[in-house]
Amino acid sequence: MAEMLNVALPKGRLGEKAYALFETAGFPCPSIKENNRKLIFENAEAGVRYFWVKPSDVAIYVERGAADIGIVGKDILLEYTPDVYELLDLRMGKCRMAVAAKKDFHDDLRRTLVVATKFTNIAQTYYTSRGRDIDIIHLNGSIELAPILGLSDVIVDIVETGTTLKENDLLPVETIVPISARLIANKAAFRFKNAQMDAIVNSMAKQLEENA
Amino acid sequence: MERSQISSGQHLLSVLRDLYESYGYTRYKMSKFEEYDLYVRNKDFLVSDSVITFTDTNGRLMALKPDVTLSIIKNGSDLPGFVQKVYYNENVYRISKGTHSFKEILQTGLECMGDIDVYCIFEVLLLACRSLKRISDRCVLDLSHLGVVSALLDDLSQPREVTDALLRCLGEKNGHELQNICCAAGVAAEKTAALTALIGLSGTPKTVLPQLEKLYPATLDQTPLKELKTLTALLESTDCADLLRLDFSVVHTMKYYNGVVFKGFVQGVPDSILSGGQYDHLMKKMHRVGGAIGFAVYHDALERFGKAEPYDADTVLLYDETTPPETLLHAIEALQKSGAQVSAQRSLPEKFRCRRCVRLKDGEVTDLG
Repeated sequence: MAEMLNVALPKGRLGEKAYALFETAGFPCPSIKENNRKLIFENAEAGVRYFWVKPSDVAIYVERGAADIGIVGKDILLEYTPDVYELLDLRMGKCRMAVAAKKDFHDDLRRTLVVATKFTNIAQTYYTSRGRDIDIIHLNGSIELAPILGLSDVIVDIVETGTTLKENDLLPVETIVPISARLIANKAAFRFKNAQMDAIVNSMAKQLEENA
Repeated sequence: MERSQISSGQHLLSVLRDLYESYGYTRYKMSKFEEYDLYVRNKDFLVSDSVITFTDTNGRLMALKPDVTLSIIKNGSDLPGFVQKVYYNENVYRISKGTHSFKEILQTGLECMGDIDVYCIFEVLLLACRSLKRISDRCVLDLSHLGVVSALLDDLSQPREVTDALLRCLGEKNGHELQNICCAAGVAAEKTAALTALIGLSGTPKTVLPQLEKLYPATLDQTPLKELKTLTALLESTDCADLLRLDFSVVHTMKYYNGVVFKGFVQGVPDSILSGGQYDHLMKKMHRVGGAIGFAVYHDALERFGKAEPYDADTVLLYDETTPPETLLHAIEALQKSGAQVSAQRSLPEKFRCRRCVRLKDGEVTDLG
């Protein structure tokens, strides 16, 4: 019998949608749909084990080999640059990483730009590529407050519909990169569980084509 | 995870040493320090550009070695027809990927440098395979050839930043982004398709080589493809045929590496535990004549996944204050004669695990289980 495939799914709506892709690919686990607080679900017959993981932790589980594959947002891959394979763009959970500022913001190139963000690596890489000197303030939440209270000139954050920005009198001023969910794999597990991973990638690619 | 089959620690060091010495590799012992300038000049060759530095008593800026290869190249000499073959067991000091802090990492590796030929490359690949086999019977060596990859990338006639981005995609097996980059750069559809197919190539030489031949244009230099075929055929004729795979996601910087590059994996360890390749470009940069190939085995990756010790001690001999030291020594030596490793103790902490526990009382040894 093939070895058990360990899959890290992000808790929430994205994880549920991603699970549907795995189910169709031939890796069902009906117990995952039960309404309880369990975090691990296993279907020995199908050779698969699913974990619900905090979305930002999926890449760590996969990189460290606790999970063989997982679903993670491109924002996490860009921010933490884990050493994993990025096998497929699932084209779900679409949003963008953007720079946002107050409506009357004007970028004064004579001054260092103060940027508040949860994504310091992405912000640093983006502004370095543009040769712009910045001062980064790392925040863990309610980033929109920073320019309103004068803590920063701009913010770098994920923008989905723009509603939160709008309600706080902010505007997206530049798009850094489009974001969507990606199927990632541990590099060592890819060598030893190649057949299962190939089956999943091929089936998911086909499902995405059909739903395009 | 099949951790129990993984060999690590002192036993592995001695097994690898015997293997390398049997092929005429001699031990290369070096200092823990090196002048910092060496690493500044070859920063891109290092896994991480952070180095621990200190000022020596004479004012020179020194570094704790983050790498071994550069020091060996620096100290070699060039003679036509001669190949310098060395192996090493050395600690290097690097930023750990997991903890993002400096760590002492034990590396065993070998370097074959000088007037190298196909046999030298084959020998190093064979020793890499055999090193993996001595670590675990469930292992693979993934082989790629940067000559093949660079020929395909050079054929695109794109600026350096585009080819660098494509090389990164290859390393990530990121086909969707590779296609986006090719599309934005105006790369022809058939060339994009060839690179996308290259990402998907992963498996035994028997399955991969025919596909590679199909996607590799006849107009390009055929030398790297021929070399890859020769080397895989040679390896397939040995006891290592079963662990050999071709996978072009194994990429090292082309500034230093040129020919074959490879990585070794054992089941149960989440990262590669062996990494190597041919680095003629680095030799040239350091004003050496000839080529070089080598690899390193990373012991830190194995440590956590090696065989766990089931006991804190083999045999514990319990005694009390009334026991004369000579009697205690006699009892210990008697147990040692039957092959036991004996730890004499007056009491044991809770949850202490030992294979056998005996008590010495009035000169008599009684088994406690």
